[in-house]
Amino acid sequence: MDFFHTLILLLDSTVRLSVPLLLAALAGLYSERSGVFDIGLEGKMLAGAFAAGAAAAVTGSAWAGLGAAMLISIFLALVHGFASITHRGNQIVSGVAINFIAAGSTIILGQAWFRQGGRTPSLSAGGRFGAIELPFADAVRDVPILGEIYSELLSGHSLLVYAAFLLVPFTWWVLFRTRFGLRLRAVGENPAAVDTAGISVSWLRYRAVICTGILTGMAGSYLSLAQNAGFVKDMTAGRGFIALAALIFAKWKPVPVMFACLLFGFLDAFAIRVQGTPLPLIGQVPVQFMQALPYVLTVVLLAGFIGKAIPPRAGGVPYVKER
Amino acid sequence: MSAPYAKLPAWADYGLIPLINLAVAFLVAGLVVMLVGENPFRAAVILVDGALGRGQNIAYTLYYATSFIFTGLAVAVAFHCSLFNIGGEGQAYVGGLGVAVVCLAFDSILPWWLVFPLAVAGAAVFGAAWAFIPAYFQAKRGSHIVITTIMFNFIAASLMVYLLVNVLKPAGSQAPQTRTFVEGGHLPKLNWMLEALGLSVRSAPFNLSFLLALLAAFLVWVLIWRTRLGYEIRMRGFSPKAARYAGVSETKIIIIAMLISGALAGMMALNPVMGDQNRLQIDFVTGAGFVGIAVALMGRSHPAGIVPAAILFGMLYQGGAELAFEMPNISRDMIVIIQGLVILFAGALEHMFRPTLQAAIASLSPRSMGAEARQGEGG
Repeated sequence: MDFFHTLILLLDSTVRLSVPLLLAALAGLYSERSGVFDIGLEGKMLAGAFAAGAAAAVTGSAWAGLGAAMLISIFLALVHGFASITHRGNQIVSGVAINFIAAGSTIILGQAWFRQGGRTPSLSAGGRFGAIELPFADAVRDVPILGEIYSELLSGHSLLVYAAFLLVPFTWWVLFRTRFGLRLRAVGENPAAVDTAGISVSWLRYRAVICTGILTGMAGSYLSLAQNAGFVKDMTAGRGFIALAALIFAKWKPVPVMFACLLFGFLDAFAIRVQGTPLPLIGQVPVQFMQALPYVLTVVLLAGFIGKAIPPRAGGVPYVKER
Repeated sequence: MSAPYAKLPAWADYGLIPLINLAVAFLVAGLVVMLVGENPFRAAVILVDGALGRGQNIAYTLYYATSFIFTGLAVAVAFHCSLFNIGGEGQAYVGGLGVAVVCLAFDSILPWWLVFPLAVAGAAVFGAAWAFIPAYFQAKRGSHIVITTIMFNFIAASLMVYLLVNVLKPAGSQAPQTRTFVEGGHLPKLNWMLEALGLSVRSAPFNLSFLLALLAAFLVWVLIWRTRLGYEIRMRGFSPKAARYAGVSETKIIIIAMLISGALAGMMALNPVMGDQNRLQIDFVTGAGFVGIAVALMGRSHPAGIVPAAILFGMLYQGGAELAFEMPNISRDMIVIIQGLVILFAGALEHMFRPTLQAAIASLSPRSMGAEARQGEGG
């Protein structure tokens, strides 16, 4: 029973840690499926986290924070679109630029506005997305196994956690069951065909990067409004890149993206759990090894040792209309 | 990517466009300064004075520039092969391990001028080794070099923390760093060069690796534009198909270009590790690997552009430190924003002003546009 309880706690923190990855990876899914590579997920998420923390601190409302986060992330996504769709610039370079702009300006503006060393003020309960207790969570707590799964693992997360997991089937539905999704996927594979059909390639891709902006804004808000009570500088700490890794790992498909994010979240939770305690058979695992594991796994996957990850064919290539 | 754009005269392409892009980047940075409630013009004056005002400051500016020349060259060599090596940060970090291993082994038995070439080799070999795996995977298994090199930055960070905490830290010490090198692990300072020019330098970390950086810049120029290997690198960068048709082994060229790139990034470590701190510390690279991206883009991947671009970023680093004293609202992180803006405007948006400029030049002097312009518009 003790082992089971530990397992539940481990899975519970897996869920919490995988949510920002999931939101960011789904964000990247829209953009990359439309043929716009985005390594600026990290920067957009960071800017979103800062905007959320700042707006929630000023207004005292978590919803205002979420709105501000989405706006700033959409703005950065549009900058990326402007560079890579309208001006046919290098998408990788543009993404790198956005990461730096976000990393620098969140610290500078945070210090200038709040003077707490780059933090935003600590949020009270109203400024955060608090835990939602599912119905009867308390009542069934004592039921063995199932009760514990329900009340510990499934209940008691913030709104954004449930939203993130609901977005997985929603994204699948949008991409594979709607006209918009069909066109979005087509424009990532063969933009010339979409253009020939009389549909604007640019406008489709712009809509895709706007979706990316909305979702990275949510990912950022989760970090500063749900997981923590305010923004701390560099709080994304590479999660945008792990999300990108998860996206590749999942071969640009929504449901596998969720499992990849859960896997990376589990590794993270496991690393925190076993820190300093020796494992049976292996002995003490250095914490740095556990931290590096998601990156190592991604490299191994990319090298094609665990199936082949094939990106959307037109990904990274600016579309030039034939004249 | 330049296909849809007609050619501009060379002076506009290599002189005017980068200047316009840079000016716009600084204009936007000025807006950020205004946003935090400071006067951008006063900030610019303090920054330039802080970077160049006294001999001391110039020495610091050149010290920072040294690191950026190495990392800028590293990014540029890969660019010529149309590879985006974003892993300069990790390669420099691991390069520092090479420097430290050499210095720890020989600093008490050899003089610095014998340790130095060994340390250069150590830095280059370790940096190149860290670039080898992403290069091999790109060349042989088609995994995207951008993603793998980003991953290798994170892996390098974990590896180095592990090594510093568990292996390299001297017994009984708390700080995660190696012991301080003795005499043989210290590079001579170059402050006398500035003093010879009549500038006074109290103490600054400006050291011999600056000259090595200039030499590296010259050698990169020779390599890229004056050797067969450089030609093959540029050919594969310009058109992989043409390179394949001409019998250039793509696998070989990708790996060689990345090894050179990694070696250059690794050599950046000489400057802080052997030239200044004289020990290997956690996070000694402090973003220099990433600055290299901005430097290479601004310098248009040519050593003659990279050296001034690196000095400009050296000025921003040093001047930015002074600025942080005068204007507490503007910390060193302002540089990160400027770096991002330079990458955005000089890199991703490099074509933004091209059509306007093209129209302007064409209307002023149609002849300077030559035949290419008509072709570009008609084609």
